[in-house]
Amino acid sequence: MTAQPAIELRGITKTFGHVVANDNVNLEVNRGEILSILGENGSGKTTLMNMISGIYFPDHGSIFIDGQEVVIRSPKDAYRYRIGMVHQHFKLVDVFSAAENIALGLEDGEKFNLKKCAQRAQAISEQYGFEIDLGKKIYEMSVSEKQTVEIIKVLYRGADILILDEPTAVLTPQETQKLFAVLRRMRDDGKAIIIITHKLHEVLSLSDRVSVLCKGKYVGTVKTSETNENQLTEMMVGKKVTLNIGRSEPKDPQDRLVIKGLNCFNRAGVQILHDVSFSARSGEILGIAGIAGSGQRELLEAIAGLQHPASGEILYHNPKTGAIDNLRNKTPLQIRELGVRLSFVPEDRLGMGLVGNMDIVDNMMLRSYRKGKTAFLSRKQPKDLAESIIRQLEVVTPNASTPVRQLSGGNVQKVLVGREISSSPTVLMAAYPVRGLDINSSYIIYNLLNQQKERGVAVIFVGEDLDVLLELCDRILVIGSGYITGIVDARTTTKEEIGLLMTKAVSHETKGSEKGETDEKQ
Amino acid sequence: MFSTLIAFLPRAVAQGIPLLYGSTGEILTEKSGHLNLGIPGIMYVGGISGVIGAFLYERAAGTAEVIVPALAILITLLSSLLGSLLMGLIYCFLTVTLRANQNVSGLALTTFGIGFGNFFGGSLIKITNSDVPSITLTNTSNIFRTPLPFASKLGWFGEVFLSYGFLAYLAIAIAIVAAIVLKKTRVGLHLRAVGENPATADAAGINVNRYKYVSTCLGSMIAGLGGLYYVIDYANGVWSNNAFGDRGWLAIALVIFAVWKPGFAVLGSILFGGLYIVHNYIPGLTFATQELFKMSPYVVTILVLIIISMRRRRENQPPAHLGLSYFREER
Repeated sequence: MTAQPAIELRGITKTFGHVVANDNVNLEVNRGEILSILGENGSGKTTLMNMISGIYFPDHGSIFIDGQEVVIRSPKDAYRYRIGMVHQHFKLVDVFSAAENIALGLEDGEKFNLKKCAQRAQAISEQYGFEIDLGKKIYEMSVSEKQTVEIIKVLYRGADILILDEPTAVLTPQETQKLFAVLRRMRDDGKAIIIITHKLHEVLSLSDRVSVLCKGKYVGTVKTSETNENQLTEMMVGKKVTLNIGRSEPKDPQDRLVIKGLNCFNRAGVQILHDVSFSARSGEILGIAGIAGSGQRELLEAIAGLQHPASGEILYHNPKTGAIDNLRNKTPLQIRELGVRLSFVPEDRLGMGLVGNMDIVDNMMLRSYRKGKTAFLSRKQPKDLAESIIRQLEVVTPNASTPVRQLSGGNVQKVLVGREISSSPTVLMAAYPVRGLDINSSYIIYNLLNQQKERGVAVIFVGEDLDVLLELCDRILVIGSGYITGIVDARTTTKEEIGLLMTKAVSHETKGSEKGETDEKQ
Repeated sequence: MFSTLIAFLPRAVAQGIPLLYGSTGEILTEKSGHLNLGIPGIMYVGGISGVIGAFLYERAAGTAEVIVPALAILITLLSSLLGSLLMGLIYCFLTVTLRANQNVSGLALTTFGIGFGNFFGGSLIKITNSDVPSITLTNTSNIFRTPLPFASKLGWFGEVFLSYGFLAYLAIAIAIVAAIVLKKTRVGLHLRAVGENPATADAAGINVNRYKYVSTCLGSMIAGLGGLYYVIDYANGVWSNNAFGDRGWLAIALVIFAVWKPGFAVLGSILFGGLYIVHNYIPGLTFATQELFKMSPYVVTILVLIIISMRRRRENQPPAHLGLSYFREER
């Protein structure tokens, strides 16, 4: 059998204004094969895939499906060529049920019948081993369920070329394994699968071949069986990067922030944090490990004064005066003034820290506008700050007066973290500061955190990559379903130990039995 | 007491019908993600366009005997629909094609529509050399207001249920059809998806702009019929400038009251219509206290807003993308 590629791209080029997102990219995928597309942030992976799925239209180049040249002008065209894309940001209608979302946009010439559609979707989900309730509304679903709906949706349309844009970024390790099992089953079923990812170990464990993009340019394709992490990293960044994160010994660690018996409920009345107690010390990086959504966000927000804990104490040891303040009685502004800084990088990067339509300089001023003496703004200082952040953190932007919205995700994060660090905090909290960042940018962030630590700042780092946590942090606090399941020394612990603590069953914990009761409801 | 109620109910319904047209039209538009604040202007234009059509036909026909009822209805309806369709197209061109701000475009359209109506209303009044500042289309109005058969023979039942012109029944029929289309059909599913999340709809291969255009224009035409009903039926064919009042805004309030469900709008419109005129049926009110009663539909709308905000049911919220433009390649 001649191996006719399922889809082949030749010389694809796409520019947005002056930015070249894709420059002369060539790519091919065969049936019964998983191809990984690897590249740093802003290397044009998503743009490239959007051209295959009809969201963008290429400026130059051609696309071949089964050897035939095709023109894909719209997502509808893409479906006609049996191409289905699972986007990084799910394209689902929140108030619709799973079945309604799957039926959306279908023109199969049959009478509209939601029940029949749900039955067929059920059959597909059983064929590949998904677990999903098709009557459930999207807004009631977990991220992993939503992703399942997305995948069933494209399969329902008969797609046999599947594109997945960073599918594992939001999944727990277990969910990732499940997804990979499903993808392998699809590959064996003869489908062509393209998966975009940053995570090298996933590339190596899942794909058959890897294509690498670097700054919009196509670098090359290698067989997974003939490559290794170092070679791929080299291809991705163009130069070899050391995988070692420096870690110095903590100097004279002092208690800076002592949390005692913190309990916290969310809006729906569900208890998110159960009797959380720990201390963060100066000159030390405290890592927080846990499956996404175990209460990390609520913990940090409670410290920053953005959440009101039901009970417990957050004691701040002021290094200047030696006084001990309970942060629970303070407003977020007062907490900030004490030097407790939250550089929170949630899923929605712009949402909590930056204003997308404002430029970098104005975003700097969001934190400093209270300092001025007169009614008029002085732009000199924020402008200097913005420029120094752009220089030091290698923010890729035309200039300091570019709206933040137009920067790529990683660069937005650099601006946010840079601004929080610039105010010389005493406590620095960073949640997922490297999520979605490429290796180079991640290291810049790690170095920044290390610098802060050496300056005697108590750094709290919420991370998802255990390897990074183990190399960067001094101590690691493990949180599972809102309980502290362990605090370990990062120098002596192992990945397995943390992994066990993360998934440790907490429902039978003797600790806080009275809270356990409130937890039982639903 | 009973006789007062029998007298009150048909008036409440008649008062509610223009609101029902307006809000059914606006619901269809809002389901596509477009907040059309031009509805008051569009209803006004729908009214004056129908009046122009009827006026020209009555003038051409001359006397009452020569007027063909079917032709009178057809000409009036078509000219009304044409007027509001053009308004809808202007709004679509501005907000869908050019992606202009919807609130500003809508408000501008309302201002324009009322000016347009008053200009042509004034012109017609001038043509007739009338002593009073109004034109009367009694013949056309009589055709439109023909009640269902047996209305007068069935006592209070006929009075409450059968005494209206066909436009009133059409309004309810349109609202019910709209409710079924939105809920049960593929087109309705697609339309709701466009209003909730146009990027998703687009990725699913739905022609977002076509849905926006069609639903907004259709919505405008339906709303325009409300203006026509008001002049030709409710006001007995008498057009005078600015008589339409704040009914357009009330129709938009009714959309919220009905939580974007045309079926609820049917009942809501009668309630609003009743609240709007209830002061006439309560003895011993002064002019000042009458105005307080006229406020009640708005007060009820605010209460509904408070209640749906407190219940936080996602299904009762406005379409998620309401008021926002959609551009595929925007990042």
